[in-house]
Amino acid sequence: MMIYLRLFYEFFKAGLFAIGGGMATVPFLQDISQNTGWYTSGELADMIAISQSTPGPMGVNMATYVGYTVGHKYFGQLGGVLGAFVSTFALILPSVIIIMIVAKMLEKFRDNKYVNAALYGLRPASVAMITSAGIVIILFSFFQINNVYEFGKAVVDYRSFILAAVVLVCSRFIPFTKKLHPILFIIASGIVGIIFHMSVV
Amino acid sequence: MIDIKEEMKKKTPIKPTIWNIYKTFFRVGAMTFGGGYAMLPIIEREVVDRAGWVSQEEIMDYFALGQCTPGVIAVNTATFTGRKIRGKLGAIAGTVGVVTPSFFIILIVAALVRNFAHIQAVQDALAGIRICVCVLIFEAVTKMWKSAIVDKITLAMYILIVLVSVFFDASPVIMVVLAAIAGLIIKGRKSLGGEGTK
Repeated sequence: MMIYLRLFYEFFKAGLFAIGGGMATVPFLQDISQNTGWYTSGELADMIAISQSTPGPMGVNMATYVGYTVGHKYFGQLGGVLGAFVSTFALILPSVIIIMIVAKMLEKFRDNKYVNAALYGLRPASVAMITSAGIVIILFSFFQINNVYEFGKAVVDYRSFILAAVVLVCSRFIPFTKKLHPILFIIASGIVGIIFHMSVV
Repeated sequence: MIDIKEEMKKKTPIKPTIWNIYKTFFRVGAMTFGGGYAMLPIIEREVVDRAGWVSQEEIMDYFALGQCTPGVIAVNTATFTGRKIRGKLGAIAGTVGVVTPSFFIILIVAALVRNFAHIQAVQDALAGIRICVCVLIFEAVTKMWKSAIVDKITLAMYILIVLVSVFFDASPVIMVVLAAIAGLIIKGRKSLGGEGTK
């Protein structure tokens, strides 16, 4: 039982203090591993890799995974499921509470001059952040590098450019395929990736 | 009878049920590959284009706020959007919806598949998916552009933030907070100066 209380506490803490997305929870997970010895850093690396390669928000995936691993270690399969539930719930609880409050205030002051002024600045920031996240993914998936400074080490795989061009044309210019749901492009790209062994450059 | 049904169909986007919200965000959760940012094109498609529940501007606001409130961005955006659509229950439906697929997929992978991330086919598929996600993000950016970049100031802010975050790996929280402050100063000053534009 103590294990679950501790899981709840640790993930509540991560949910409360990790600001800025999934990767921000990683330091908290490292902290948990050092303080409790529930899993090794090697196991953590595996859990991060799997959380990145399965659908869903990364932070949630990691919480579920860690919760399952810990519960499973002490109480078997069912214990793992309970652990996954506890840690996932604990991770999202603080942000749900905070957002309820923020959203209420936002609604109340929607027509306020200052709120609008702040949003005027927030919107370009929002688009800029998406752009830079896109650039990071582009660097990694088209050039196999982690940041702009590694540009000298870039490895170019022409197949990825062909795939990108095809997806772009289909999702933007061809009237019939334009209306298709993005998930279809994602699935098709995954299949193309498997057929052409795209992880091997 | 058919007429009434047709009418009902037309009205669903206006007052979606809790179940509708749950289903929509379940789809969003299941289709998100590679973190919260990759989710944006999907959430936009599902909630703005398809259902018409919230506007493009609102989604951008929620996304910006979702960055500087604690927790996972994807979940935060879901909570915000759900709340906007249907109050507290909507928020809970959106949040639980976006989390459910993760939960079960991870349980299955954790219980059954060893070394999932190292399987060749998984890596190949992900290499392909990442390329597609790049294109989808690009499209989301071009869509949002019009409602966010409205003048020279916002364009300058956009370029500055992109450069800073690409070259210096600065914390998104700080940039979001600074952008809000910049907005306050610039817009606040404008209205003081008597321009009074909205």
